[in-house]
Amino acid sequence: MFAALIAVLGLPGQLLLFGNSVPVTLQTLGVMLAGSLLGPRLGALSVASFLALVAAGLPLLAGGRGGLGVFAGPSVGYLLGWVAGAGVIGWVLRFTGPRYRPVLGFAANVIGGLGVIYAVGIPLQAWITDTSLLVAAGFAAVFLVGDLIKAVIATLVAAGVHRAYPQLSSRPSAALR
Amino acid sequence: MSPAGLYHPGASVLHRLPAGLKLAGLAAGVTGLLLLDQLWWLGAAAVVVAALHAVARVPARLALAQVRPLLWFGAFLLGAQLLLTDWQRALSVVLTLVLSVALAGLVTLTTRVSAMLDVAETLLGPLRRVGVRPDRVGLVLALTIRGVPVIAGIAGTVREAHHARGSVGRPWALLVPVLVRVLRHADALGDALAARGADDEPGSRHGTSSDRP
Repeated sequence: MFAALIAVLGLPGQLLLFGNSVPVTLQTLGVMLAGSLLGPRLGALSVASFLALVAAGLPLLAGGRGGLGVFAGPSVGYLLGWVAGAGVIGWVLRFTGPRYRPVLGFAANVIGGLGVIYAVGIPLQAWITDTSLLVAAGFAAVFLVGDLIKAVIATLVAAGVHRAYPQLSSRPSAALR
Repeated sequence: MSPAGLYHPGASVLHRLPAGLKLAGLAAGVTGLLLLDQLWWLGAAAVVVAALHAVARVPARLALAQVRPLLWFGAFLLGAQLLLTDWQRALSVVLTLVLSVALAGLVTLTTRVSAMLDVAETLLGPLRRVGVRPDRVGLVLALTIRGVPVIAGIAGTVREAHHARGSVGRPWALLVPVLVRVLRHADALGDALAARGADDEPGSRHGTSSDRP
């Protein structure tokens, strides 16, 4: 591992946190950005360390929530899905070449930021609440439009950051040297 | 955000118990709740959970704040369960959920963040064999906590700069300069860490072991 890696690991909460300081549930925006900017490994690790701090009792989630209670609640699957989602976004982007292309970036955000997160969140919610997958999926559908909008914003922001900070795309190779 | 997080200071038995023990108790308690499916048992469990809150002298306001996010979800769940099953089943599902969250919230309210992170570091110990370094994880988490006010400061500066130029418009336009500055800060932090020998790249471990007393 390269030191820059560790440093960027310090980012985690930050990306997400910023999402927190703006209105409410913009946090999936932070998850998408973590995946889009940091790559699969760092993206997932940064989200994971963010959640570790939440579990330790810091009120970092939207609305000042945090603590272990969140992980005993019905949305725990979505939180775990964040880690996988950020990883998948970064992983998909590996195949689209070193340049960040918005259309492919948006596709990655939809796959990882919506598909993967729902795929983990819905079954766990159904299990915890003892309902059918269909009911849990119906509950998730409420958020579908908002999440799509977030995917668009995440793509626009990621494209802007990649343009303004080109070193970002070269970091994965630097990490391996 | 206060560095103490959601922790509510106190001197009760629950505050003084070791964090690891509380976490083990929480795991046992939540598992137990999942196994109880009779309503009267859940009622008894509710009394126990409430009693534990009383022992910890946690203000009702804080305890309720832990379960309040469940309010609308619980209502939705109750409705869905009533449609699908009978009222006993519906009530017990919702009760199990609320009690689990309340119990976990109680552990959070009575345990310092630092104590919780220490437990995490201890629990990660066995993973040393597969290459995880608990001390490094601890460093990353500490840096993350420190990062929260750093980011807040950067966001404030960027917002002020925008106001000064009289720019108005898309709020996400602010995100790009904020993130660029954050990434730059992270790079500088990485250089600073590397300069102090906190670089665990296998090829570059020059003499760090001899530095240690």
